[in-house]
Amino acid sequence: MAGEKVKLLGYWASPFTLRVHWALKLKGIEYDYQEEDLPNKSPLILQCNPVHKKIPVLVHDGKPIAESLVILEYIEETWKHNPILPEDPYERAKARFWVKFVDDKCVPGIFGTFSKVGEEQRKIAKEARENLKILEGELGKKRFFGDTKIGFMDVAAAWIICWAQIVGEIVDIKLVDAEEMPSLVSWFQNVLEAAPVLKECTPPKDKLLEHNKGFHKMLVASAST
Amino acid sequence: MANDEVILLDFWPSMFGMRLRIALAEKEVKYEYKEEDLRNKSPLLLQMNPIHKKIPVLIHNGKPVCESNIAVEYIDEVWKDKAPLLPSDPYERAQARFWADYIDKKLYHSSRKTWSTKEEDPEAAKKDFIEILKALEGVLGDRPYFGGDNFGFVDIALIGFYSWFYAYETYGGFSTETECPKFVAWAKRCMQRDSVAKSLPDQHKVLEFAKAARQRLGIE
Repeated sequence: MAGEKVKLLGYWASPFTLRVHWALKLKGIEYDYQEEDLPNKSPLILQCNPVHKKIPVLVHDGKPIAESLVILEYIEETWKHNPILPEDPYERAKARFWVKFVDDKCVPGIFGTFSKVGEEQRKIAKEARENLKILEGELGKKRFFGDTKIGFMDVAAAWIICWAQIVGEIVDIKLVDAEEMPSLVSWFQNVLEAAPVLKECTPPKDKLLEHNKGFHKMLVASAST
Repeated sequence: MANDEVILLDFWPSMFGMRLRIALAEKEVKYEYKEEDLRNKSPLLLQMNPIHKKIPVLIHNGKPVCESNIAVEYIDEVWKDKAPLLPSDPYERAQARFWADYIDKKLYHSSRKTWSTKEEDPEAAKKDFIEILKALEGVLGDRPYFGGDNFGFVDIALIGFYSWFYAYETYGGFSTETECPKFVAWAKRCMQRDSVAKSLPDQHKVLEFAKAARQRLGIE
């Protein structure tokens, strides 16, 4: 695979872009990164992802792949060393199930807590916490969802702990409860500590906090106009 | 694989359940079909899918696999010696997964608006649905299947919706044959496959089901 050009189009504060950085870094794949200015999408993004017009997009040898989880599976199948998915089909199905749970349930819950207000916000936050408790149950006493090493779920989803904490701080609603979720609360940090290559490409929490505070102000302002 | 126990928890009009029926049939896997009453879910379903409590669930030697596209990939990986459902090339596989995801994110929600909700703007709901079908027609191009020459993952993800088309057309007020003839030609081609013909319910039966559901929802 040496010499084949790999390019990632992304946005620094997007957790979906971060997923792809993490997968590429864990496999030691060399790539170019192009930062997209999201309100002003580049012609390249519109050309590479005409269906959804979203980042991240991975371009490998001129061929674009969109949707972060599709990209992760592509990376796994193209660069077979340091596998992030288990070998056993049942374990693979389980890993894919839990990642889908995060995307379908946890992400909308956390984003809903961030963007809604009043009773709607309280209701969504409660659901978000319930769904995080379900993840806590699945993680149990393990350090990673991949058990002893970083796996598909860790790469695809550990970021939600950091994001949930940031959202919690901004809207003053606790989503990640250290008492109820003792394993989950350290999951994101455990992943960063276990793999310094991941820490290097992850934006610092305070920078993400400031960015999201600004984003939240914008949402509140536009909601009240 | 001779002593495999395979059970499918399903609900006859579910286009998601149909995916598994077709995949198992393509692989010639013997399985026990268990019909679920979704208003009275069985203890087995609640035990096998405690998180979502939804069908379909594939139970293979006592172990549950939930989420239809995930289960189709599982079936492809376990029974790998026959009828590959995904292409072997990683880029082609990525395209297949992308379009299966598109079907779940876009087509399903749009389809519901044609019959199960009181839409403020039914014309917009119909237009949106047809646009999605046209986008899929574009992806198909001149090929016999979304899998190219071979019936595959995207065909399996999509064909179940065809059993609902009579219901969508009746309540949405359009004709797919007129709007998207290529799509209908593809669907009829798929219906010629035994695995599909045996897995899809009759469109009139689905229409009756939709009518009853609309009555319960108070929009009939």
